This record gives sequence, structure tokens and C-alpha cells, in this order.
Amino acid sequence: MAKKILIAEDSATMRYLIMSTISALGNYEIIEAANGFEALRILPREKVDLVITDINMPDINGLELVSFIKSNPNYKSTPLFIISTEGSERDREKGIQLGADAYLVKPFSPEELQTLVKRFLT
Amino acid sequence: MADQTSSRAIKDFLGEAEEILEKLNLDLVTLGDGIESGEGSPDLLNSIFRGAHSFKGLSGMFGFDDISELSHHMENLLDSLRLGKVPLSAALIETLFEVLEVLTRLVHGKGESEDFTFDVTPQIDQINRHLKGDGSDRDRLLASYRIDPDILKVLTEYEEHRLLDNIKKGRNLLRVKANLSLATFDQELAAITELLKKEGEVISTLPSAGDIPDHIGFQLLVGTTISPAQLAAQLQDDNIVVDSLAASAHAASTGRPGTTASAVATAVSAPAVSGEVSASAAEPARIEASEEAAASLRSISRTVRVDIDKLDALMNIVGELVLSKGAIVSLTERFKNEGQNELTMELQKATRVLERRLEDLQKGVMEVRMVPVAQLFDKMVRIVRRVSSERGKKVTLDIRGADTELDKLIVEDLSDPLMHIIRNSIDHGIEAVEERLAAGKSEKGTICLWASQKGNHVVLEVHDDGRGIDPERVRRKAVEQGLITKDAEISQEDVYNLIFRPGFSTSEAVTELSGRGVGMDVVKNNISALSGMIEIDSKVAIGTSISITLPITLAIIKALIVSVSGRTYAIPINSVLETLMVDAGTIHTIERREVIELRETTLPLLRIADAFGLGAETKAANQRLFVVVVGLAEKKMGVVVDELLGQQDVVIKSLGSTLAFVRGISGAADLGNQKTILVLDVGGLMGEVLRGESSFYV
Repeated sequence: MAKKILIAEDSATMRYLIMSTISALGNYEIIEAANGFEALRILPREKVDLVITDINMPDINGLELVSFIKSNPNYKSTPLFIISTEGSERDREKGIQLGADAYLVKPFSPEELQTLVKRFLT
Repeated sequence: MADQTSSRAIKDFLGEAEEILEKLNLDLVTLGDGIESGEGSPDLLNSIFRGAHSFKGLSGMFGFDDISELSHHMENLLDSLRLGKVPLSAALIETLFEVLEVLTRLVHGKGESEDFTFDVTPQIDQINRHLKGDGSDRDRLLASYRIDPDILKVLTEYEEHRLLDNIKKGRNLLRVKANLSLATFDQELAAITELLKKEGEVISTLPSAGDIPDHIGFQLLVGTTISPAQLAAQLQDDNIVVDSLAASAHAASTGRPGTTASAVATAVSAPAVSGEVSASAAEPARIEASEEAAASLRSISRTVRVDIDKLDALMNIVGELVLSKGAIVSLTERFKNEGQNELTMELQKATRVLERRLEDLQKGVMEVRMVPVAQLFDKMVRIVRRVSSERGKKVTLDIRGADTELDKLIVEDLSDPLMHIIRNSIDHGIEAVEERLAAGKSEKGTICLWASQKGNHVVLEVHDDGRGIDPERVRRKAVEQGLITKDAEISQEDVYNLIFRPGFSTSEAVTELSGRGVGMDVVKNNISALSGMIEIDSKVAIGTSISITLPITLAIIKALIVSVSGRTYAIPINSVLETLMVDAGTIHTIERREVIELRETTLPLLRIADAFGLGAETKAANQRLFVVVVGLAEKKMGVVVDELLGQQDVVIKSLGSTLAFVRGISGAADLGNQKTILVLDVGGLMGEVLRGESSFYV
């Protein structure tokens, strides 16, 4: 069965880019969440194998999502990447402290993302 | 990721980038308005920052270095602004507007060619000047208050700043806990947040796994002036628990440096301490969990962006289908006339079903093309802001009916004429502050921009409370420009007509704006091209009002097919009020114009045969005439024709630029039987008639 990847990101274009980059790797089922709330709703419903979240989202921020996932026994072991932007080192640092497994800094290359996905999902 | 971007991704980028820039522009206007009243709202500032942040991230992904470089600097400036490192000032807002303008130009440029670029260092330098003198004692301040380190752990840098700001203001820090159902938590949370916002600021919203299945827990960190008990009373819900995290008495008044702080210091660079505050909770934050934010997000995930060309292609196909249907309908009619039998009955039934379905399809495609005029009005907000500041005038824009819908293409084509009208209003209409005060008017001028739907038409009105159009001045200018003779007598109507004449301008000096060489004649032509009508009314010292009446859509219309002197024309049915058969004897002449009495009003007539010079032999010969009463807005007119041939759906096509000069015709239509006929431009014809010109070819 194809592995499931949850992408929480409020920019549709970013989601599309991430999706097409991952799809190039092989058969993954990609679930899109346009905000943190959607992600919260998807998590108990789907057995997700990897979460990729943006830090800057309008309802709850990515750090809050990381804290939620990594402090919950059900999701704790799910690998999680955060996507941050140049200049937000402190927020990224906090994400790692909260348990994020890896981070990407925009703009990132397709290879960076693909390497990470491969590392955690194979 | 630039190397793998497909053209679809680029298009997506352009769409999203434009959207973000539009939103930023609007938010900046609001922020600018708030300067006088003190600092901008944290929500607004944060929303602007977020916009800039997404924009930067997006442009970086596409390898547009110029855009991402400039937006990176803009983001820095906004970040410093929201973190309170630089003060909000009019100059700073100006800089931000300029940066947005440049970014918009770059984005549009990339739309034409991905290699498009220009130098953005002047703007970057400008931003850096604002950023200089950034001496923040934020960390020192944060360290001197006693806050649970767990709280700081999930706060973004911005949220830390908000937390600090609340403590500085001596507010109570409260924690609100709620267990909400997984199915409805977003609405419930939005309702709670709404209530909390009335009492203070929601600094953070942290989700946590609930103990109850299918539920999710939330902890909200709130800065407020009221006590936990008071807040609980406000919330009126036993399932929501409110407790105190740090009371203002402890936090603000003692302000002593935390002694154990350094020992507990986490990876967070701001040192923090667990003091007498017992509750420890990790509270991160997002400020805008409001209903509005939730709604707009939903729309992001449920909306598809479509190229207008694709919709046009779809509309064309529907148009062709409508014509094919017309052919089938007329075939069915012929069968019916040749004798009723079972087969013709069946055919008739099937045709009727086809007709209905086709109508649904047509309606559906039409609806997709409809967009609220808000898109257009938003642009005008910016124009007003910019032009009024350039001209040193104070202007408020009063917008109403922004949700009125119009065909996307019409909205696009309205942009330039509307912009010109509004510029004119500010340039020539609204007086300078001193002049307004001297005239006993309020300091700020008002421009109203109203839209409303009236039947099949949309009316846009632009009123200003400026100095109005001075007939004497118009007259003088018209004489100077040789449009009228020195001693010609002109009526109020004539004054307005002169304004629409090509080349007419009253501006004494050529300003940057009027220097563009666009006159009201161009505005009028643009509106006519959209089958619309424009009217002016003005009172000296009171103001000018311009109203534009437009059809809701242009694509497929029902038309009344008429014949005049052996030629066939189409009249858009949406402007037809009724048709009459009159006796030639009932036509009177008033002031050399033909009129008839229609239910106690006088209806001016236009004979198409005369207007188009088709030969007058029909006039005398025909004792009975058909009059098609057409109306736009409040005006009515009768069009005299020889015969009414019936109603039909037609697809209007433009005549092209070579024939654009032909007056009275708005386009050509195909009748479905390979016959092409001309469509009358009702708005244009009415304008001519009401102005008293009965023939176009003199």
C-alpha cells in the first residue's frame, strides 16, 4: 500500500510543488491540508506515515502542530519535517526542540526534499 | 525547485502572487489609516507580515531572485515592525507601498517573460534606512519577567513579542482550556476566540490530545484586563476552564529578574523562569483564529483558478450549441407546419428538453464567469490612496455593493475607465483642504463608489462632493479648443456632451495624470464597447455624479430581431421594455424631434432608417409602424422599425478595431442560418437621440 504523506501548508502553490516533487519519487498517497485545523482533523482519521508542515499558517502555527503530534502517543513516532523560511532560525530551532525530525528552508531544491522523504520512508 | 517548474506552476504562482499583493495593498491602506489613531492592530500587522512572508517563500521557490530579494527585505522590515523594533510611521507605509508597486510590476513582468527584471536596490536601500537604529531591549525585558519556560517553548518569535507586550501593559495572562468535538472544533474555537477577543488578545492556541475520544483539547493563552472569574462568566460554559498564568500584579509591578532563570534556559534564546505561577502550559499562538480566517482558508482549498481564455472557449462552444439548437427548433417548427404526427410530437418534446438543459448549461457557464465588482473596487481603493496623496488632498472612499456580480471580462474592461473617472474626481473634483474648509465643507472629500443590480443591468455610480463641473469653464475651454464658436449658447446637457468630445480637457496644467492623454471620450468609448451607457450630472460647488449602466454579461443574449428597409437587425432584449404598433398619425414633432405619447409620458423616437441613411421611402408609405421601446437606467426611447421578426438567442461578436468607429452598432451576430446581422448599440443610440442628433452621417 502506498505510504501516506500529510502536507500542511496554506499556499496552494507550495502544496502543488511539494506534491509534484514527491510524486516524482514513486507511489505515495498525498493528503493536503490547507491549514492546521484541517491537519488536526485528518490525523485521527488517516494513518499517516509522514507529516510535512509549514511553520507559518493562519490558524495554529506549525510549531503548535509539531507539539501536538510529538506529545501524542498515537502520532509520536510519525516522522515530521518542518518548512521554514530564511531568517526564521529561532522558530526552526524551536521546532527541532519540540521533536521535528528534519527541516527544510525555503527555497529548497527538489533533491533536498526527495532525499529527506527517501531517508524517512524507506 | 526552479528547474522543474512547469508552466502550470508558473501560472499558479502568478495568480497566487497577485492575490497576496492585492491583499497586502488593502491591508496597508487600513494600517495607514490607523496611524493617526496610534499603533496598528497586532492582528493586522501580523496578517501583513504573514502575507509578505508567504510571498517571499513562494518567489524563492521559483528562483525569481529579484522578487525574493526585495520581498525578503520587505519581510524584515515588517517583522521589525510587528516585533516593535521600528515605529510605525507614514514614511514607512509609503516605503511599503512603493515596494508593493515594484513587486507588482516585477510579477506582471514575469508573466510576460520569466527573464524580466530590473534593479530593486533603491527600494532595498530605502528599507534599510528604516531598519537602522534598531536597538531593541526586548530580550532583556523578556528575561526580567517570570514566565513559565514551557509557555515560551512553542511561541514563535512574534508571539513572544505579543506576550511581552501584554505583560508590559500590565494585563493578566489567563489560560482558557476547552475540550471540543473533532467534527466542529473549528467553528467552536472561532466562537470562543471571538468572545475572548472582546476582552483582550488571544496570544496563542495550542491543540492537545483530548482524554475523550473524538475530541481535541485546546489551550488558549489570553492577555486581558479582567480576572479569570470574570472571563469564565463571560464564556458561560462549564466545559471551558479558565485559570491564571501570571497575574499582572506579579508580573508587571515586581519586574525582578528571575534568579533561577538561567538554570532553566532552554534552547529558546529568551531566558525564562517558572516563578510563583503554578500552572505550566505550553502555549503557542496564532492570533487570527477568527471566523473570517477560517472562511477564507476554506475557500482556498475549494477554489479552482481558471484562465479566462478557457472560460471564453467554453462560452463559445455553448454559444455554438445555442445556435445549433436554434436550427433544430426551426426545423421542428417546419415539420410541425407540414402536418402533425407522432414523430413530430416526439421531436418537439425532445427539442424542449434539449432547450431546457441547454439553458441550464448556459446559465451555469455564465455564473462561473461572474465575479464580484469588489475586485475592481479594491483596485480603486489603491488609486484613491495614491492619487490623493500625490495631489495632497484628503479623500475618503465610500464603497457599497461590492458584492454585485458582473462578467469577468466586463470587470476587467471597466478597470481603466473607472480608474480614469476616479482620478478625474480627485484631480478636478475634490478641492484642496483649504478650499474645502473655506467653502464650509469638511476637510476630507468623499468619493462614493456604489454598485447595484437593476434587472439585467448593473449600475455603477461614482459621486464626489467636490466643486462640480463649472459650465462657464467648460465653455471657455471648448471655445479655446475650437469645439464651439465663441457665442454659441449651450445648455447643461451640452456641457456634459462637450466633456465627452475627443481632445477635450479642462485641466489648466498637464499633471502627471491628465498628461496621459486619456480623455472622457475614451472612457465613453470603452463603456459603449461594453454595451453600456454613461451619464453625468453635476452641480457647481456640490459635486459630480457619474453613472455607468452595463449589461451583466455580453456573451450570449436574447435579441429581438427586427427588419428595417429590408435589412435585419438585432436589439438586445435586456434593453427592450415593450413593443408597440402605432399609427403614423400619432407621431408629433416637438422641437424638431419626433415623439409619441406613451401613457402620459413623451417618448422620443428614433427611425433606424433615417439614422443609418437607409432611404426614406418607407416613412411615408407605412401607415402603421412598429416601435420598440428601449430603456437603460431611467431613460427611454422608441426605435421605429418596419417589422418585428421574433426573439432569438444570439452570440454577439465584436466588429473588430477597424470598424470600431461605426456608431450605433455594437457588434455582429450569427443567426444560426449562416446569416450575419448587425446588433444595435442601444446605449449609444440613446445617447445620440437624447442629445438631439438624429443622424450620424451629416
